[in-house]
Amino acid sequence: MASLDRVKVLVLGDSGVGKSSLVHLLCQNQVLGNPSWTVGCSVDVRVHDYKEGTPEEKTYYIELWDVGGSVGSASSVKSTRAVFYNSVNGIILVHDLTNKKSSQNLYRWSLEALNRDLVPTGVLVTNGDYDREQFADNQIPLLVIGTKLDQIHETKRHEVLTRTAFLAEDFNAEEINLVIEKRYFLREGNQIPGLPDRKRFGGGTLKSLHYD
Amino acid sequence: MSFLIDSSIMITSQILFFGFGWLFFMRQLFKDYEVRQYVVQVIFSVTFGFSCTMFELIIFEILGVLNSSSRYFHWKMNLCVILLILVFMVPFYIGYFVVSNIQLLHKQRLVFSCLLWLTFMYFFWKLGDPFPILSPKHGILSIEQLISRVGVIGVTLMALLSGFGAVNCPYTYMSYFLRNVTDTDILALERRLLQTMDMIISKKKRMAMARRTMFQKGEVHNKPSGFWGMIKSVTTSAPGSENLTLIQQEVDALEELSRQLFLETADLYATKERIEYSKTFKGKYFNFLGYFFSIYCVWKIFMATINIVFDRVGKTDPVTRGIEITVNYLGIQFDVKFWSQHISFILVGIIIVTSIRGLLITLTKFFYAISSSKSSNVIVLLLAQIMGMYFVSSVLLIRMSMPLEYRTIITEVLGELQFNFYHRWFDVIFLVSALSSILFLYLAHKQAPEKHMAP
Repeated sequence: MASLDRVKVLVLGDSGVGKSSLVHLLCQNQVLGNPSWTVGCSVDVRVHDYKEGTPEEKTYYIELWDVGGSVGSASSVKSTRAVFYNSVNGIILVHDLTNKKSSQNLYRWSLEALNRDLVPTGVLVTNGDYDREQFADNQIPLLVIGTKLDQIHETKRHEVLTRTAFLAEDFNAEEINLVIEKRYFLREGNQIPGLPDRKRFGGGTLKSLHYD
Repeated sequence: MSFLIDSSIMITSQILFFGFGWLFFMRQLFKDYEVRQYVVQVIFSVTFGFSCTMFELIIFEILGVLNSSSRYFHWKMNLCVILLILVFMVPFYIGYFVVSNIQLLHKQRLVFSCLLWLTFMYFFWKLGDPFPILSPKHGILSIEQLISRVGVIGVTLMALLSGFGAVNCPYTYMSYFLRNVTDTDILALERRLLQTMDMIISKKKRMAMARRTMFQKGEVHNKPSGFWGMIKSVTTSAPGSENLTLIQQEVDALEELSRQLFLETADLYATKERIEYSKTFKGKYFNFLGYFFSIYCVWKIFMATINIVFDRVGKTDPVTRGIEITVNYLGIQFDVKFWSQHISFILVGIIIVTSIRGLLITLTKFFYAISSSKSSNVIVLLLAQIMGMYFVSSVLLIRMSMPLEYRTIITEVLGELQFNFYHRWFDVIFLVSALSSILFLYLAHKQAPEKHMAP
């Protein structure tokens, strides 16, 4: 068991976007029945077969570290959170498709995790004016996930998805938009939409990992 | 003609206050959330605007600005609007948003929010019974009835906040109470936290591997469902699932421990920052202020006790008292009328500004601490309600600090309330709140260092 390699992936995002539900879905193949506030950090583990079916198949433990809190927390909370950011192999940024502020805050989340200081202009960046240079030399692969797709009305979906596509480009990251079903209890755990993306996500992260 | 000018001045200032409340809402309270329902922002700004206008009218009263009859008219109008908001609109919307959050009742939101509002009105009315606040000759739907009840709630809130604030202020300012935190303490806690996380991870790895092998061997791990499922699980339980439940329990305990450690580490970081702050110039200044405030706090508690024990409510306000003392004992002669007007203006102005500022800061801190993206609407509306009630009762109590000739308008507008009752009630609740805060802070202070002594 301990002989399997470990991969540490952070799951970051604002309060209430659905990080704990996402992690639970990925690791337990079930929908989280009663989501509650995450205090500190909760970890879950998923066993993944990298390059399944090929001769180079290898089994990994993917540790998903779901860090709770908001980006505007007190600096003491931020310093405490920083202890979780060591030796990270990948970062998943989660935002809520129905809440624009959560997408804007992803910028600050990624900076906090990558231990960079904010651009010293003194102006709060709120209109998507991301500085791509900050991420140019970043080796850690990023993945942007948008949740609650089902709560957006059909007509507005197109503009929301275009906006998030720009967002993902700025981070130089891959993007997935999901529905995490919280209202229905499904009998067959495998029929949850969003699950087909699972393999692609796992493969994507590990693939870029092996480029290092 | 002058009435029109006065009204336009009043309306301009109201719009200004409304704008200020709007900005405060956007920049401070809701800076991390998205405003989905603009109705909430409007209600908050309107409450803030009308409350500030009431204070403005008091200042105008002292300074003698505007026509006396138009002042009176605006007082009445302001009061009606505020009461309308506090008793009808805000509780209704609170009920509406609470009901919207609950999934089951989503369809009949309006019906249920009306029900909630009626319950609120019932309890609100019952509130007036045990208190001797009214003379019995008033009708049922008069302003006095509503104001008296709003006043009781507001005065209770004010006294609670004052009591806690009076004790908490020296406690936070003075560095005497700061626990000594070194870097090694923090590092040790962090190491424990990471160790706990590693233990959680290794246990979860075992569980994930066990689930995988069970799945591959074809045993589908079902939760026992239904009657037959339960019977079956009693007799034939797979050894794998038993193991899993045991490990799951251990994991739950470890996760609780990790949460505790996280909170303690955050606490230590906060204390370390405060220690560093106290070494700066600003920190030393606040430390000095803290000593000053602790003396003030002790004096206030003492005065409250004396007021209650000797059953005495001050008859004269501090301004007239001060002037009397200077004139009689120090023999300095000056124009009493002229100076009393200016001094009471300054005094009342300071009281108003500090109470508004203090309340807004407290509300912001409170909001950050307890709100989440789901409940932010409800909490903001609750805060608007508290703010409105607080300001209305400040008007009641501020009457005590003003010389007799300026008290008349408040007495006229608010009707024949038993003002003395409110002051007595304030003293009682203040005393209770201050003493229990002292007890609470003492216990919290004692308990904290023991936590870190544990291995």
